[in-house]
Amino acid sequence: MNVLVILIPVSLILGGAGLAAFIWSLRTRQYDDPDGEAMRVLIED
Amino acid sequence: MTAACPACAAAPAAVDMALPKDVVQLSVPAIRCAACISAIEDRLSGVQGVNSARVNLTQKRVAIETELAPEDLVQALAEIGYDAHPLDAASLGAGDDPAGRDLLLRLGVAGFAMMNVMLLSVAVWSGASGATRDLFHLISAGIALPAVLYAAQPFFRNAWSALRVGRVNMDVPISLAILLAGGMSLFEALNGGAHAYFDAALSLTFFLLIGRYLEHRTRSAARNAAKELAALEVHTAQRLSGGKAQTVPIAELTPGDTVLVPTGVRVPVDGHLLSRAAHTDRSFLTGESEPVSHESGAVLNAGEINLGRPFEMQAEAIGKDTRLHRIAQMVETAETARNRYTSLADRAARIYVPAVHLLAGASFAGWLLATGDLRHALNIAIAVLIITCPCALGLAVPAVSTAAISRLYRLGFLVKSGTALERLADVKTLVLDKTGTLTRPGFFFDISTLSAAELGVTKALAMSSAHPLSKELSAYLGDINPAPLEDIEEVEGRGVRATWGGTPVALGQAAWLGALQDGLVLKKGDQIHPLPNQEVVAPDAKAMVSACQEAGLKPQILSGDTNTKTAALADAIGVTQYRAGLSPEQKNDHVADLERRGALACMVGDGLNDTGALSTAYASVAPGTALDAARSAADVVMIGDRLARLPELFAVARRAVYLSRMNFGIAAAYNAIAIPIAVLGFATPLMAALAMSFSSITVIANAARIGLRS
Repeated sequence: MNVLVILIPVSLILGGAGLAAFIWSLRTRQYDDPDGEAMRVLIED
Repeated sequence: MTAACPACAAAPAAVDMALPKDVVQLSVPAIRCAACISAIEDRLSGVQGVNSARVNLTQKRVAIETELAPEDLVQALAEIGYDAHPLDAASLGAGDDPAGRDLLLRLGVAGFAMMNVMLLSVAVWSGASGATRDLFHLISAGIALPAVLYAAQPFFRNAWSALRVGRVNMDVPISLAILLAGGMSLFEALNGGAHAYFDAALSLTFFLLIGRYLEHRTRSAARNAAKELAALEVHTAQRLSGGKAQTVPIAELTPGDTVLVPTGVRVPVDGHLLSRAAHTDRSFLTGESEPVSHESGAVLNAGEINLGRPFEMQAEAIGKDTRLHRIAQMVETAETARNRYTSLADRAARIYVPAVHLLAGASFAGWLLATGDLRHALNIAIAVLIITCPCALGLAVPAVSTAAISRLYRLGFLVKSGTALERLADVKTLVLDKTGTLTRPGFFFDISTLSAAELGVTKALAMSSAHPLSKELSAYLGDINPAPLEDIEEVEGRGVRATWGGTPVALGQAAWLGALQDGLVLKKGDQIHPLPNQEVVAPDAKAMVSACQEAGLKPQILSGDTNTKTAALADAIGVTQYRAGLSPEQKNDHVADLERRGALACMVGDGLNDTGALSTAYASVAPGTALDAARSAADVVMIGDRLARLPELFAVARRAVYLSRMNFGIAAAYNAIAIPIAVLGFATPLMAALAMSFSSITVIANAARIGLRS
């Protein structure tokens, strides 16, 4: 059961990191143009 | 202002500098693919004076940071083959959606918290016990309680505002279930209990927020589309001062200003004519297709279209004081069918809310009486509240209407109100306006009756005039070489005359040229050739009418125009019922009468004379070319020439209602299984989680079927 001491913080940190990444993507307006973003991967630079 | 901000008065330049750089928004309907995005962005970035350009494919818009005028940018895009229309920044508003982003953030918090808590719950369900289980419950409580208190606030707020005025809505049992589940689970976790519903509280919040977000998206998409239509109309006028025309926003005009109205443009204000004569189309007001001639001093109303030469007028009433605005205002304040309509979701909530409260209350009382165990009885009551699937009910309608509205958007229909689909599905009568909706201005005569020389002269005369009718005629004649003319002179509101190889020729009103007929004639020497112009039936009208009849709708025509013209049109497109010569009030009464008789009507119209009927009708559709007032009165706006697609609108609406009803059926079926289990006390948190997820996912998957066939 000692493994829980590591695993629980790890799961909490990963979940928190996911939430932080989501909030960041929301703040930088990455959901404003879903169709456009899907198309932009096809543009060669 | 000076008192509030002394520094502003001292340094007005500083205020200007603090404003963001000018952002020009262009609507480019033809943006479709990745190639369009890069072509447009590359072209605009190459223009001198453009700081940045970014395409938004979802909204089919380009935002350009620049000091240039929109016209230069439109020109730049026209060069690479894209039609662009400048959008009026004031009508568009901020274009931001803080409410939507707030809901998404709450959705994200609920989602991530749910995943973490679920991870711990799975361990408990698979057999963790004793100290481990208690620890897991406590960690879950630490994550779930703050997350729920933050994420579920929209439900709490709605429930509270309903309760404060002594009413209940769907959010009351939802808030109750979330709060009780959280509070009870905290108590259980602290006291080493076996069952905790933290994951249920979170997944309830999560799924319901999805429904809330979908609902919000549908509404804001419709609002944005309507705003964009308003923004497409440029709200400026040409003010004459000291002999020079100056483009100013309409709002800046004052009574007494002299305004220049160019050909083909709507009259911006109410006032009277200063020029000698004018020729306008006031069909939006009366429904009559014939243009009206005015003499100096005549009263002109905002919204009329100038068909003749540019004229000058003196402004008397502006903006809110115009007749156009007053009529539009009257329409907005009138009690309408859509205000009286109770949506499907509200009707479901009226049955569901008392039922679920009674059930939970009865289970609590029953178990308390039977066992005397308060804690156990409360646990069961909470399980009943959670397991009765408010998620599926909360998602049933929004999931379907979001899917249906986005499908209709692709077909060219903007659905402006959420309940419009439900009302469109009930419609039994299709009421059509004539002028502008079913007809287009155009020509209809045999060009072989004119000789080649006459055709050349006609073409040349038509090309030399800016009158819309001349433009139509020039287009109707097609590819003909214009004859060489001399001494071309345009006579205001009458026609054009010139000489052709020594012979005087003229194109214009019959009366002006001394002919006996009505309408437009060509005069060559002494010979007169009539060029009958008449309204042309919209090409898709007949197919649309027969498709609607097949779908069980009874079409009829209401027109402000003459009986002869209306009868001819009705006959041409296969409509048997029609009424002509109606005033706007009569149209309104007729539509209201149809509703009283249960023949629920969908009004399709574009003029101001239809606006009353559009808002009285059970459901209404306006073409995108309609007046602002007509568009804002209608539930659905058709973009482009989509008359032929009208039957599809009804088909999608009917299917949407069918799928919504089916979703309620699915939710009821889940409840029929889950409620007895919960009431009898066999429900576990695992069961609640399964029932909630499965019912929500089935409902969403069922809604997606709207795109499959229609």
